[in-house]
Amino acid sequence: MNAETAELRVAFVGLPNCGKTALFNRLTGSRQKVANYPGVTVERKEGVFAAPSGRRYRLLDLPGTYSLKPTTLDEAITRDVALGRVAQEPRPETIVLVADATHLPLSLRLALEVRRLGLPMVMVLNMSDVARRRGFAIDREALSRELGAPVIETVATRSGGADALIAELERLAVPTQPALVASAWQEPTAEDVTATHAEAARLLELSGYREPLRSRAVAVADRILMNPLSGMLILATLLFFVFQAVFSWAAWPMDLIDAGVTALAELVRGALPEGPLRSLLADGVIAGVGSVIVFLPQIVILFAFILALEDSGYLPRAAYLLDRVMGSVGLSGRAFIPLLSSFACAIPGIMATRTIPNLRDRIVTILVAPLMTCSARLPVYALLIAAFIPQREFGVFNLQGLVLFVLYFAGVASALLVAWVAKLIAGGQNNHLLMLELPDYQWPNWRNLALGLWEKTRVFLARAGGIILALMVLLWFLSTYPAPPVGATGAAIEYSFAGQLGKALAVVLAPIGFNWQIAIALIPGLAAREVAVGALGTVYALSGDEEAVTTALSSVIASEWGLPTGLALLAWYVFAPQCLATLAVVRRETNGWRYPLLMLVYLFALAYLAAFVTYRVTLAVAG
Amino acid sequence: MSSEALQDAAPPESRRLTALAVGERARVALVLADDPISRRLIEVGFVPGAFIEVIASMWPAADPLAIRVGGSTFALRRHEAERIVIT
Ligand SMILES: Nc1nc2c(ncn2[C@@H]2O[C@H](COP(=O)(O)OP(=O)(O)O)[C@@H](O)[C@H]2O)c(=O)[nH]1
Ligand SMILES: [Mg+2]
Repeated sequence: MNAETAELRVAFVGLPNCGKTALFNRLTGSRQKVANYPGVTVERKEGVFAAPSGRRYRLLDLPGTYSLKPTTLDEAITRDVALGRVAQEPRPETIVLVADATHLPLSLRLALEVRRLGLPMVMVLNMSDVARRRGFAIDREALSRELGAPVIETVATRSGGADALIAELERLAVPTQPALVASAWQEPTAEDVTATHAEAARLLELSGYREPLRSRAVAVADRILMNPLSGMLILATLLFFVFQAVFSWAAWPMDLIDAGVTALAELVRGALPEGPLRSLLADGVIAGVGSVIVFLPQIVILFAFILALEDSGYLPRAAYLLDRVMGSVGLSGRAFIPLLSSFACAIPGIMATRTIPNLRDRIVTILVAPLMTCSARLPVYALLIAAFIPQREFGVFNLQGLVLFVLYFAGVASALLVAWVAKLIAGGQNNHLLMLELPDYQWPNWRNLALGLWEKTRVFLARAGGIILALMVLLWFLSTYPAPPVGATGAAIEYSFAGQLGKALAVVLAPIGFNWQIAIALIPGLAAREVAVGALGTVYALSGDEEAVTTALSSVIASEWGLPTGLALLAWYVFAPQCLATLAVVRRETNGWRYPLLMLVYLFALAYLAAFVTYRVTLAVAG
Repeated sequence: MSSEALQDAAPPESRRLTALAVGERARVALVLADDPISRRLIEVGFVPGAFIEVIASMWPAADPLAIRVGGSTFALRRHEAERIVIT
């Protein structure tokens, strides 16, 4: 093995939220999720990076931890990797101990613990830009001497900000012997922890470490944002504003896309002769995929808020504000961040439950995660709201935004209710863990925000052009063949496979007000929720007369369904477990079919119940 | 661990972190109990002699609390803060 081809295995270890993933992304060019709160990275992530010299490095990004004695599953991963205890995974040859330069004491204590692993170590003072700006002082040479390891500075969020780390890695020799499994290592005791605290304080003293006083602005911000009264008011206003913005700012770009899609369909209709190809393109592809793509602006606006909030450091404070509510239904304070992630998508949310130490708490959090309205549900809600809720303003409130807020809130409220029922059934102790670090505030990094939004757009469009397109084509076939018998009177789709299946299902769904078109749309919606919107687009394009084809889908369903059906479908979607990928992740995270099946059954039952009640009540009230 | 059990482990006159009002400062004397929660409290800096300040507390029962210690801020539930004896 020569130096050109040898790979050095390097693991990133550090406290939560010190910038390990940002550094990893900077070196490897990956786009792993980075956010200003603890518990974002919950599994090991590997990446390869080639230095200018040609030497290659295999980098491991690990979950953050305060010590090598884990209390949660994600922290255990970090310890096991560092000790070489993971099967199929050779022990890393070097540890990069990433520290937040503005929170050195705890990082240095961890460094002392990690030093005892006996691996070469490089200590990185990340966030050195913030440290410098705020007036932290440290003599790196002195610290390096005392620690017996190189100490360098990085700014992970700046291009070129990790060059010093690259240079330091290049200086390391590739060991000729593979690193041994650390069998002699012993878990640090409570006395060890106190001793390393004292030692870290001594080293900081020797290196002239000085920390500025807490800034007045931050103290005032905390006083306002974490005050029970003003804090809650601000949180509620903020959430409310987000939902208003999703509706009012997205209106014109959506109209633009809608016009484009309609024009394209017209074009295809004009250019192609009547026949299956024209129908496949216009009714299957354009009407189906187009009706999903229309919602891109709303998705982008929602994520712009989510990403900006994630970077700001506000979210853990929101967790603090809502902790009482979570605790009273028996949820761990640690459940807040996983549940919040579930608003983007339940899958990362369910994985983030690894940061919850207690198994029972973790299972309950997993079970209620799909009740958080994921972004794939937004197109469904938006379509139905546009169709059935009038565009009316009440002072500053827009009625459609208000209804969207209510739907999100209904999801949250039922999650709390389900957790409370789980507490009644399963019992469980009351001492749930919170112990959440509140990071410093920080302005969103605009470049990262733009990149993050681009990434979300790319994923959304890739889904539309991939799975959604494929399902639309399949649905078009099933809805077109077999062709109707000669002399048939109804629309052709009624005689197709899909039409007959839809009519069979509609018998079960009739009590909750769903017609056979909705029944057809619900099935492909199992693969991905937003597909239901595309499916409705295709189904109505195929079954409608010429006029229905050229008007927006929302106006079609507004005229075809009554208000009770529209509201019942909204209620259905608050609960319906329409996502196979989520169930697969639950199976993996809980090692079995028990909980995914439980989730499937209870969510379907709630969906049916909610739709039934909504349908009957609206019928009775609205006539 | 219940607060009664914690009571037994500490000298009766000991003052807890939970006795502090928002804005008050004190020093940590010790962390009671020997379990993962107390252990993690020690790891994040609640060691004898450390200065602490209560930054915020939530209505109605002062639960949870936000505590500043060693340059970091932590949100603690009341039963967690109860383990911290102050001087
Ligand atoms: N200003 C500044 N922010 C940083 C730096 N490194 C990371 N961040 C931010 O710190 C937060 C935490 O970063 P992340 O990589 O998720 O930390 P991890 O939990 O250690 O993986 C994010 O909001 C990053 O944008 C840095 O060097 N300078
Ligand atoms: Mg990370």
